[in-house]
Amino acid sequence: MIGIARLTKRYEDGTKALDGVTLRLDKRITTILGRNGAGKTTLIRIMSTQLLPSSGTVTINGLDVVKDVGMVRDIISSIPQEMKVMGIATPYDHVEMYLNARGIPPDEIGALAEKALKDLELWRVRDKSTADLSGGMRRKVFVAMALASKAEVIFLDEPTTGLDPISRDELWKTLRELKRERFIFLTTHYLQEAEALADKIGILEDGKLKAIGTIDELRAKVRYPYSIKVLSDVRMEKPEKGEIIKGIDGHLQIVTTEAEANRISRKLIDKRVRFSMNPITLEDIFYFIVKKPIEEENYGDEEEWW
Amino acid sequence: MAMKRNGGSQLYASILVNAIFAMVNYPVVLISTVLAPFSLLIVITFVSHGTLLPVAIAGALIMTMISAGTSMQQDLSHLKNDFKLQDMIVSSPTSALVYLVGMAISEVVYSIPALAVLIVLAAVYVHATLLGIVAMFFVVLIMFVFAVSLGFVLSTLTSDVVQSWAFAGIVSTILSALPPVYYPITYIPLPWQYLAYLSPATYAAEIMQNTVGLTTFSATTILIDWAVIIAVAAVMTYLAVKKAKWRED
Ligand SMILES: Nc1ncnc2c1ncn2[C@@H]1O[C@H](COP(=O)(O)OP(=O)(O)OP(=O)(O)O)[C@@H](O)[C@H]1O
Ligand SMILES: [Mg+2]
Repeated sequence: MIGIARLTKRYEDGTKALDGVTLRLDKRITTILGRNGAGKTTLIRIMSTQLLPSSGTVTINGLDVVKDVGMVRDIISSIPQEMKVMGIATPYDHVEMYLNARGIPPDEIGALAEKALKDLELWRVRDKSTADLSGGMRRKVFVAMALASKAEVIFLDEPTTGLDPISRDELWKTLRELKRERFIFLTTHYLQEAEALADKIGILEDGKLKAIGTIDELRAKVRYPYSIKVLSDVRMEKPEKGEIIKGIDGHLQIVTTEAEANRISRKLIDKRVRFSMNPITLEDIFYFIVKKPIEEENYGDEEEWW
Repeated sequence: MAMKRNGGSQLYASILVNAIFAMVNYPVVLISTVLAPFSLLIVITFVSHGTLLPVAIAGALIMTMISAGTSMQQDLSHLKNDFKLQDMIVSSPTSALVYLVGMAISEVVYSIPALAVLIVLAAVYVHATLLGIVAMFFVVLIMFVFAVSLGFVLSTLTSDVVQSWAFAGIVSTILSALPPVYYPITYIPLPWQYLAYLSPATYAAEIMQNTVGLTTFSATTILIDWAVIIAVAAVMTYLAVKKAKWRED
C-alpha cells in the first residue's frame, strides 16, 4: 500500500535528514520510532505531500506523492507534530472546518463530526472554547479531525505526546478500531505505544531505517531473549554468549541467552551488584539497534569481573 | 476513484477559520475592524474643514482593501507557522488557489462592517456618475486582488510570525503611508511625489480622486493609472498562484 524507495532529503542548509530510506508497508498500522532529530517528521511530511524529497520516491496506493499529488491528497489526512488548536473555535468548529476544507458535502458533515467527537470522548466539550481545554484534550481534537475525514491513509506525527495514560489507552483503542478501514502511519517516542499498536514497527536513526518489521521480527534481530540491566557502576566481563550495550541511563546492559543470563545473575548476586533481569522488551531492542555495542576496551580487563 | 468535492464547502472552511469563528466568538473584533479605516478619514476631514471628505471616503475604501491584504498576510502566517493548520490543509484536497480565494473572501467578510459604513458615507457625500461608481468598484476590487495576492506570497515565505510582522510593517508603509490616498497628490511637495508613485495605491487614488471630482487628471494619466494597477495586480496574482510555496522544498 505504501512504498518508499531510496528516499533522501537534504535540507537547504545541508542537513541530511533522510538517507536512503526504503520500505514497503502493507500492514494497517505502522509506527516509526526514533530519537529527536532522527528524521520522523521529515519522512511524514514528504509522505503527506508537504515537503519535496531530494531523491527517491514514495507511492501511496500506487500513486506517486510528487507526480500524482492531486490524487494522493484526496485520500490522505495528516496531523502535524506541532499543530495547535485555535482558541477562538470549539472542538466541533475544528472538525466542521476541516471536513469543509476536504470538500465533504455539508449534509454529511454533522454526522461525521458527531461520530468522531464521540469516539474520542470530546462530545461533552464540543461547544467549549478549545482555549479552555486541557493539553491532552486539545491533541484529541486533531485526531478527531483526521478520523472524521474519510481519508483512507492517516498520518499522525507524535499523536500521543502530552496525553495521560488513560487518554493514551483510549486513543490507542480508537486507532486499533480504525485500522480495520484505514491505513495508519504514526511516529512516536514511546516504545510502549509502538508495541501496543503497531502491526509493523520501524526504527529510524540518523535518517536511516535501521530496522522494520513486526515486533517478533525485531526481536529476532537481537537474537538473545534476556536482558540484564546492571544498576551499579561496575566493569563487566564480556559474556560467553550475548553482548554488552550501554543502556538508557548510561548503565550497562547485557543481552544474552537464558542459560548465560542465569550464570551471570548468580555471579552478580554473589558480588552484591544491583541488577534487574527481564525478557527482552522493545525498549531493549531499540537500544540494541540504535546504539552500537560498546567498544571492547570499555568492559575492562577480561581476567577480572569488576 | 475520484471523489466528488464540494468547492463551496472548501471556500467556506477558510471563511470559518479566518472570519466567522472570531466574529462570532469575539465580537469585539468587529468594533476594531469598523474603526480601522476611520482614524485618518476623520483627521483629514477635520483638518480640511470638510472639503476633502469625499476624497477621504474614497481613500478609506482603498485602504480597507489594502489592509485586508496586509491582515491576510498576517493571518495566513499565523495559521501556517503557529497553528500548523496550513500543513494539514496542504495534505488535503484543498488546492493553494482554493485556499487563497477562501482566505481572501474571509478578509472581505471581516471587512464587511467597515465597508458597509463607508458605502453609506459614499452614497451620501460622494457624487459620482454611474460610470464613476463602476470605476470606483473596479479600482477597489483590483487593489484588493493585488493586496491579498501580495499577502499570500509574503506569508508563504515566512517561517515565523515575527518575519510576518516585519513584512506587514514594510508593506503598510509602502502601500499606505507613502501614497496620497486620503488627499490629492498635489499636496505632496514635488520630489516626494516621485516617491509616492512607487506605490500602486497612488495610481488607484488618482482614479478615485478623478472620479470624485476633486482633482482632474488628463485622460492619458488615468489610462496609465488603470494600466499600472491592472498590471501589478496581474503580476501579483501570477506570483501568488505560481511561486507560492504550497509544498516546501
Ligand atoms: N527546515 C529544516 N531545515 C533544515 N534542517 C531541518 C529542517 N527541518 C528539520 N531539519 C533537521 O533534520 C533532521 C531531522 O528532523 P526531523 O524533524 O525530521 O526529526 P524528528 O525525528 O521528527 O525529531 P523529533 O522527535 O524531535 O520530532 C534534524 O537534524 C533537524 O534539525
Ligand atoms: Mg518530529
